Amino acid sequence: MIDLTRAAEVAGHVPDPEIPAVTIADLGILRGVVAEGDVAVVKLSPTYSGCPAVLAIELAVEAALRDAGIPARIERVMEPAWTTDWITEEGRDKLWAFGIAPPVAGGKATLFAAPEVNCPRCGSEATERVSEFGSTPCKAHYRCKGCGEPFDYFKCI
Amino acid sequence: MHEALLEIADDCLVLGHRLSEWCGHAPMLEEDLALPNMALDLIGVARGLYARAGEIEGKGRGEDDLAYFRGEREFRNCLLVERPNGDFAATMLRQLYFGAFMEPFWRAAAASTDDVVRGIAGKAAKEVAYHIRHAGEWVIRLGDGTEESAARMAHAVEAHHRYSGELFESSRAARAAEAAGVLPRRSEMRAEWDRVIGMVFVEAGLTVPEGVFMQTGGRAGLHGEDLGHMLAEMQSVARAHPGAVW
Ligand SMILES: [Zn+2]
Repeated sequence: MIDLTRAAEVAGHVPDPEIPAVTIADLGILRGVVAEGDVAVVKLSPTYSGCPAVLAIELAVEAALRDAGIPARIERVMEPAWTTDWITEEGRDKLWAFGIAPPVAGGKATLFAAPEVNCPRCGSEATERVSEFGSTPCKAHYRCKGCGEPFDYFKCI
Repeated sequence: MHEALLEIADDCLVLGHRLSEWCGHAPMLEEDLALPNMALDLIGVARGLYARAGEIEGKGRGEDDLAYFRGEREFRNCLLVERPNGDFAATMLRQLYFGAFMEPFWRAAAASTDDVVRGIAGKAAKEVAYHIRHAGEWVIRLGDGTEESAARMAHAVEAHHRYSGELFESSRAARAAEAAGVLPRRSEMRAEWDRVIGMVFVEAGLTVPEGVFMQTGGRAGLHGEDLGHMLAEMQSVARAHPGAVW
């Protein structure tokens, strides 16, 4: 018998390879663990279609479970599509503490209207978007006019 | 059915590869990140569609076989996406034209009768919204910019508009997929495309050309010579080392 609670805990604790401050449970991409005979089937959702981290995350989760003595298989779940709304409160707090502004609620991309983002360093509302596309597919590049520092914004999708 | 999915997969792969050609050559650092980011989204979508197309076809062809081991005449992408990058204005206009079609297309495809298409569409619809916004902002900025940038953007419109009509045409394969509820009807995206392009062009000080003869043929495998050059480069490594993995 597989201990599914433990399997979910091990899988959930795997850090995101691009933002190690948050785990895959924090990001909400761990969609569940089910038993299939003696194998734990871990359901994961990709963040962005072409995100290079998708495979890295899947391999890391498989390895973590193997190290914990749990044989596992990864299943990629596409539907419903992952959304930044699934990032947990704890995940948002960790992003903020790490210096990444978490997604602004209701900040979905509408044509030509950028969301108001607060600076994660000084809290200032006076920020400006440098580029919608940052260092990874999930982040946009911002600049704070208060403290003068650049920062990443985890954009809504 | 698989041929209809190949058409869209080819659109996404070819445009994704075109965008990736900008990597290291973009006019500024932010664009050097933005263009490959959009390319990644498109190539990711293409991979999902190739995998599904190969599965439906049932001949054991995977995504790599479909991307790297088909010749130019077997590619079913529309002509717009294979156009060479040209200058930055032309690249942004091409992106806006394609994105303004795909955004309503993916939103409608999120109700597909095919589970895999539905999953891909839900994600792609949100990603392409960012692409339109990015490209649209540049079209406005350049169209409403200096004399030089405005002239270049007007030239981009003149050079690309003739390839926009093909977006709304459904091949026989696409019509079958539409009838089965797998894909939305391409012609139904017209109103939304006109609305978005119209809105951007007004702000950019550009005019939507009228009475333009529309070039088509991509869905039948009739491409311009530029696609052959692009594929030769894109497929060279896979063909020199078939089956190689790392
Ligand atoms: Zn600040």
